[in-house]
Amino acid sequence: MNGIPFAHERKVTLCHVCGYVCPEDAHDCPRCDSAVHRRKPNSLVRTWAFLIAGLIFYIPANTLPVMFTTLLGSASENTIMSGVIEFAEGGSWDIAILIFIASVLVPCVKFLVLGMLLVTCQRRSQWAMRERSRLYRFIELIGYWSMLDVLVVALVAALVQFRGLSTIEPRLGILFFGLVVVMTMLAAMSFDPRLIWDAEVEDV
Amino acid sequence: MPRSTTPLSDPAQWIICEHCDSLYHATPLNKGETAYCLRCAGVLSRGHRMTIEQLLALSIAAGIMFVFANVFPVISISMKGLYNQVTLWGSVEALAQGQITLIALVAGLAIILAPALQIALLFWVLVHAQRDEIAPGFKICMRTLEHLRPWSMLEVCLLGILVAIIKLGGMLDVHPGVGLWAMAMLMVLIVLIAGKDIRRLWDDLGVQPE
Ligand SMILES: [Zn+2]
Ligand SMILES: [Zn+2]
Repeated sequence: MNGIPFAHERKVTLCHVCGYVCPEDAHDCPRCDSAVHRRKPNSLVRTWAFLIAGLIFYIPANTLPVMFTTLLGSASENTIMSGVIEFAEGGSWDIAILIFIASVLVPCVKFLVLGMLLVTCQRRSQWAMRERSRLYRFIELIGYWSMLDVLVVALVAALVQFRGLSTIEPRLGILFFGLVVVMTMLAAMSFDPRLIWDAEVEDV
Repeated sequence: MPRSTTPLSDPAQWIICEHCDSLYHATPLNKGETAYCLRCAGVLSRGHRMTIEQLLALSIAAGIMFVFANVFPVISISMKGLYNQVTLWGSVEALAQGQITLIALVAGLAIILAPALQIALLFWVLVHAQRDEIAPGFKICMRTLEHLRPWSMLEVCLLGILVAIIKLGGMLDVHPGVGLWAMAMLMVLIVLIAGKDIRRLWDDLGVQPE
């Protein structure tokens, strides 16, 4: 395309842990002893597996309550969406939008982008390679912000413990939500962005 | 592009883009400069912003801030004469009940264990690097630092504390604690010291490949 050589054309490969330029036939990095792979092993299959696991956990994460509140004798359970709606109705639009972005938008964008990357790589598509590469780096960057709601529930549940007056407890939904975050993070880590560019060369 | 060396015979002179596998001849960067990959526009390498001594000083400061952030409560609340406060550990513990204990482990890793290990390992490798020595266990320390990075989530924790303060502010009296300020400073310090920049130690110390 633009004449920049690919590392594998010159018989070398990158160590992802220390950045050393390793010989292509090395199993371990000569400098830091980490395993080196020309491409992450079984990248597409593993990414699909983590992505689908994340999608499955996403259902209970949204339907099961994440928090149980008692306030002066009245009890209520909140799911992630009902928490967002409660903030919005209470006039805290900024917090409602923040939690909506972290808990709903970020995981959904991650599902969609990773799914799109997987499908285009399997088809060896040459479409918008630079933009797809950028998208991958973007979801890698934003992925862990979804942990926000888990940490908010943890803090609030630890604080509001006034027996008889008001208590807040975490509920099962927050476990599934945390697992969604972990699964999508593992999916993003398993995906090898170099696969996007492999479509450019024939003999890989 | 000079062709006098090949990537196989002189690996230190070459650099590979981790995002797209492009191979470049390495050029030294000045402080604050960033090299981008021409093929995928990802960051190729950055010039070092700080000396080893500065990094060591910041890692010591981070250690102190970590202790403050964990010893002192991050939020305290009061309601009808009752009073309660929470530390980072307390919030992790609140998740550790019954069915959902697994998520407490993830939270504990993200806000306590990973940052603690990052600070300790950085201090260990830097305190030796500053004397031009390769720390005992250098390889394993550096490898662990790489694997910890994605799981350290202090930024998210800080935002979580702020959201919790606003969330509870509607129904009770909420006061930010000393731990919160320490946490904010710790977050900035971790961002400064625990990035990929630390990989420079491999070259700076001249760790020889076997
Ligand atoms: Zn290595
Ligand atoms: Zn690149």
